[in-house]
Amino acid sequence: MPERQGVWLYAVTRDPAPEVLGELTGVSAETPRLVEAAGLAAVVGDVPLSSFGEAALRRNFEDLDWLAPVARAHDSVIVALIDRGPAIPIRLATVYHGDDRVRHLLEHRAVEFTRALDQVTGRTEWGVKIFLAPAPDPVPAAGGPSPRGAGAAYLARRRATLNSREHQERRAVEQANRAHAALASLAVDTRTHPPQSRALAGEDARMILNGAYLVDNEHTLRFAEATAACDQDNDAILVRLTGPWPPYSFSVLEEA
Amino acid sequence: MTPGQPVVASASQSGIGSAGNHQPANLGDILERVLDKGLVIAGDIQINLLDIELLTIKLRLVVASLETAKEVGIDWWENDPWLTGEDSGVRAENRQLRARIAELEAAPDTGEESTRDEESAG
Repeated sequence: MPERQGVWLYAVTRDPAPEVLGELTGVSAETPRLVEAAGLAAVVGDVPLSSFGEAALRRNFEDLDWLAPVARAHDSVIVALIDRGPAIPIRLATVYHGDDRVRHLLEHRAVEFTRALDQVTGRTEWGVKIFLAPAPDPVPAAGGPSPRGAGAAYLARRRATLNSREHQERRAVEQANRAHAALASLAVDTRTHPPQSRALAGEDARMILNGAYLVDNEHTLRFAEATAACDQDNDAILVRLTGPWPPYSFSVLEEA
Repeated sequence: MTPGQPVVASASQSGIGSAGNHQPANLGDILERVLDKGLVIAGDIQINLLDIELLTIKLRLVVASLETAKEVGIDWWENDPWLTGEDSGVRAENRQLRARIAELEAAPDTGEESTRDEESAG
């Protein structure tokens, strides 16, 4: 008896490029295929429910060794599609029982999918992370030992360090806000996500802004230059550009 | 949409590294986007990511809520068995409420007094 399969959804597009699918490898090492309806195409993969059913997913999602390659495969299929034309990326682990259910989805929500595709057509998502710049070393106290003794000197130094750190953080937040405003003015739409933890960002510096910007493709260069300028012109922050991303942050089905 | 070269902001002396490469390789970034962003639609099989603590990787991700799934509108919880899978949180409450409704519907006309009594007892 063949193993029971689910239909894993990667993206919805209206410009299917069947020739690209053959080169792709999906989350279960399958070759993605199309399910078409209502002038739209869902890019899907057949996945065994033994690994991608509800109970299995719940278990597997706790396992980074399982999750990491699945997340990368999901993303890489979507990235390949986006290179060929606008597509709406679907969140990881959206699984249907069969093609009919996917067709039903496309038909049922065709208007919203079309609107969402219009919103991202000719545009690209860019990520900008802003970190606190490493604090400059406190200026060592001039002159010899403090007349007030070592303890008082220690406290004074400590207070100075704390004050300067607080001051530095305040300046960093101001600079980050200004940078965000400057970048937002070049974007069609923006989202600010919660700053990533150090573990997630893989960095020692503290993230203070985690923005996503939907930018017209013709303004890509300007946006990249503006990001670099924000980094250079602001001494209290580090500004890092990531992307291009599929429009993960801007794929919403808005009600009419 | 393919800028010819990486557009890396400068000042990489801090070891922030090559974020901004054309092809993002940072697993954290990818996980954040595929788990937390992307279009949420209700599949037939849908795991409630709020239940997943991702303990092994200790990543704090803001994840889909049941409310979000509800907003985009396919009432998959009505006809799919997964709701009955585990006794936690919303599901347990949901089941209790359904049981309570069934009970009230099944009950003969007992009047308000006794209904309240049952409620406070339960």
